[in-house]
Amino acid sequence: MKIAKTLVMAGLLAFVPVITASPAALAQDSAVANAAAADSAPAEATNATAPVAAAPATPAVAAPPRMKPTEGIGMPRPGEISLQEQFSPTGQQARWIHDALLVPVITIISLFVLALMLFIVVRYRRAANPTPSKTAHNTILEIFWTVAPILILVVIAVPSISLIAEQYKPAPKDALTVKVTGYQWYWGYEYPDQGISEFVSNLLPPEKAVENGEPYLLAADNRLVLPAGRPVKLIITAADVIHSFAVPSLWVKMDAVPGRLNEKSFTIEKPGVYYGQCSELCGARHGFMPIAIEALPPAEFDQWVRSQGGDPAGNANGEASKTAAADTAPAASRI
Amino acid sequence: MTTIAADPHDIHAHDHHDADHKPGFFARWFMSTNHKDIGTLYLIFAITAGIIGGAISGLMRHELAQPGIQYLHTWAMWMDGPDATLDQAYHLWNVLITAHGLIMIFFMVMPAIIGGFGNWFVPIMIGAPDMAFPRMNNISFWLLVPSFLLLLGSTLVPGGTGNGAGTGWTVYAPLSTSGSPGPAVDLAILSLHISGASSILGAINFITTIFNMRAPGMTLHKMPLFVWSVLVTAFLLLLALPVLAAGITMLLTDRNFGTVFYDGLRGGDPELYQHLFWFFGHPEVYIMILPGFGIVSQIVSTFSRKPVFGYLGMAYAMVAIGVVGFVVWAHHMFTTGMSVNVKMYFTAATMVIAVPTGIKIFSWIATMWGGSLTFKTPMVWALGFIFMFTVGGVTGVVLANGGVDDVLHDTYYVVAHFHYVLSLGAVFALFAGFYYWFPKISGRMYNEVLGQLHFWVFFIGVNILFFPMHFLGLSGMPRRYPDYPEAFAYWNKIATHGYDIMAVGVLIFFINVFYSLLAGPKAAGNPWGEGATTLEWTLSSPPPYHQFETLPHID
Repeated sequence: MKIAKTLVMAGLLAFVPVITASPAALAQDSAVANAAAADSAPAEATNATAPVAAAPATPAVAAPPRMKPTEGIGMPRPGEISLQEQFSPTGQQARWIHDALLVPVITIISLFVLALMLFIVVRYRRAANPTPSKTAHNTILEIFWTVAPILILVVIAVPSISLIAEQYKPAPKDALTVKVTGYQWYWGYEYPDQGISEFVSNLLPPEKAVENGEPYLLAADNRLVLPAGRPVKLIITAADVIHSFAVPSLWVKMDAVPGRLNEKSFTIEKPGVYYGQCSELCGARHGFMPIAIEALPPAEFDQWVRSQGGDPAGNANGEASKTAAADTAPAASRI
Repeated sequence: MTTIAADPHDIHAHDHHDADHKPGFFARWFMSTNHKDIGTLYLIFAITAGIIGGAISGLMRHELAQPGIQYLHTWAMWMDGPDATLDQAYHLWNVLITAHGLIMIFFMVMPAIIGGFGNWFVPIMIGAPDMAFPRMNNISFWLLVPSFLLLLGSTLVPGGTGNGAGTGWTVYAPLSTSGSPGPAVDLAILSLHISGASSILGAINFITTIFNMRAPGMTLHKMPLFVWSVLVTAFLLLLALPVLAAGITMLLTDRNFGTVFYDGLRGGDPELYQHLFWFFGHPEVYIMILPGFGIVSQIVSTFSRKPVFGYLGMAYAMVAIGVVGFVVWAHHMFTTGMSVNVKMYFTAATMVIAVPTGIKIFSWIATMWGGSLTFKTPMVWALGFIFMFTVGGVTGVVLANGGVDDVLHDTYYVVAHFHYVLSLGAVFALFAGFYYWFPKISGRMYNEVLGQLHFWVFFIGVNILFFPMHFLGLSGMPRRYPDYPEAFAYWNKIATHGYDIMAVGVLIFFINVFYSLLAGPKAAGNPWGEGATTLEWTLSSPPPYHQFETLPHID
């Protein structure tokens, strides 16, 4: 009965896109919607339950030792005047656009305007030019300074638009899926395919941070552990108010919105610790819910998964629910 | 400000003797229907609000001077009692950022630039005796006072973790709904409602005045650019503010009457609020800057002794900015998880804004080219505006790139960008206009030395204050943080020094204002010479209480 009801619902939900879609797309859409409906119950249950302090499973394998961060990598440097070093392919592409294209263009434009103004101030001051000209039009000049900025903008727009396309490329099938949930004021991380239930990541108190040699306000007690060199897909949401999951050195910033599942895919190129901070005003302790990612080499990552009682092969929930987790985001955001 | 009252001996003989008959103090200032008096009230109001908003930024800057919480907890104890928790201190921080933003936008820049200068000079510049609806003009102003009191009062009542509304000026749901119990946010929303109503009434008044009350011969294409800028701004207000009103009304009903417009878990959508808010919010930034464009155009032309270069291009560039400004709003929402096509569209559309803005910058330069320039205080501020607005504009082009914005969004880079276009853009235009029209408004000259000193101290101060914020943003410091990792300490320290320098500049400004009002030399009808061609300079300084009883003829 329940299944039939779900199917009817899925059919109804799929109806709107059908107007323009083929029958094949219809079938696909209802399957997706069906999966979404099936998944929504456990997802809500997770949101409702109180956060668990840490992964409860008794580890059969010891976790790899906590990685030490490298000074100035994955974190801001004192007195820095530029973007953080990037450790994801899209991050490097974006940083190139900023450093090699945008900064030179805007610097030249600003200096050009400044130079013109300085010249005018000297050349056309009252003492140097007592009789003003009466010129108030010059069509060619006006066309020129309308067209020239358009050309500059086109030069900027082409790589910029392709960067966006690159950033939105869907993650490949073998990507690791992690569900990230923002709470007031901490983060929760869950690995549905590995069967690692949600654990909580809190700010590391100042004395602990110093003891660990980690930067205060960036260091977190339980890090988000990810594999290096393997695509990662984060499904980002929030339980109370809007938060934003941001890691500058990976060029990642995605709002965590209650009732929505946002998707962000990226690949971390090198093992290391990468820090970020909540980037959407979320109440009193907005500044005190850091993000710390520990990217491990694949073998160590698998070891970590096992130490949490998880299945590195990613079959913890069986094939059906794996599809559900993978397809939830597009289906939900379309509805 | 009693010196506003013109000495009867100043009035030219050809003015009718009734023209300067003024009502008694209470009737004149509390029941005013005179556009110049209402303009003066707006200016006094804006300066008062500016002092409060500027003092709040001083508190924040000094708390941020070094890592750790220095003063915030003490302030929280003053606000919330001696047993205020650290969380209440952090909430106070959010109250401060919210108040600073709302005060500076709704109670400083808008009242000064539209209510103050708009009221004073739009009727005069088009050769009209007054605004079209003088009583509505009065209510526009007096709505602002309870609105401001509601906002200030909201800091005294609970708003969630502590007293006051800590939602940011954007009042995003669900932080502003389920995230902020207590009456503070309701008071802030009502404050916005009332100030919005005030602005809508003002906008209707300006549009009607400009369309119907131009003197014979004053065609639309002969209007001074300041009038054009206020006309475009009034249309933006009229179209954008009702959307804000709708958006925050739904906030109010979500908070108090059980609706779920913005509750994603019960069929609503928090993103809907952001779309409504920014559909208002983006035109709002042009509302703040367009009249500044107009002021700068008047000043540059006056002190170059040349007509504005490319007048029609300048006027329609503002119209274009106004139109395009309505279709770019979601660039404020690049990280909300929008679809790829939407992000590409808003990237491209936002870049288009740079084209009419470029036309304006180059036309100002061309106006000065070949001119005979004098560098009186208003001109120096206008020159400062042109360059600083260019710097703020080009960082806007960087932020327009949706893919690049992913890392800069909600960081200090954005704070630097909008302070360059507002604190160094709109505020520079305000100071330029203030010095330009001070002799006309008060009948006395300001002190030139103090004016120049004010410019240079302020200019150096705000650049030291805001330029390092680009660096902080690039290296990843998020906005709206009361504390930060050690790595951000250096540039924060520098920025705080910049604030102190700027504060000295503001002090010089007030010394100049009080000195000039009390002891400044009497100003001539036209103190700026042959470059000043608009109608206000044909009147005495200050103008008679009712000007243009016989309408001027424009050839």
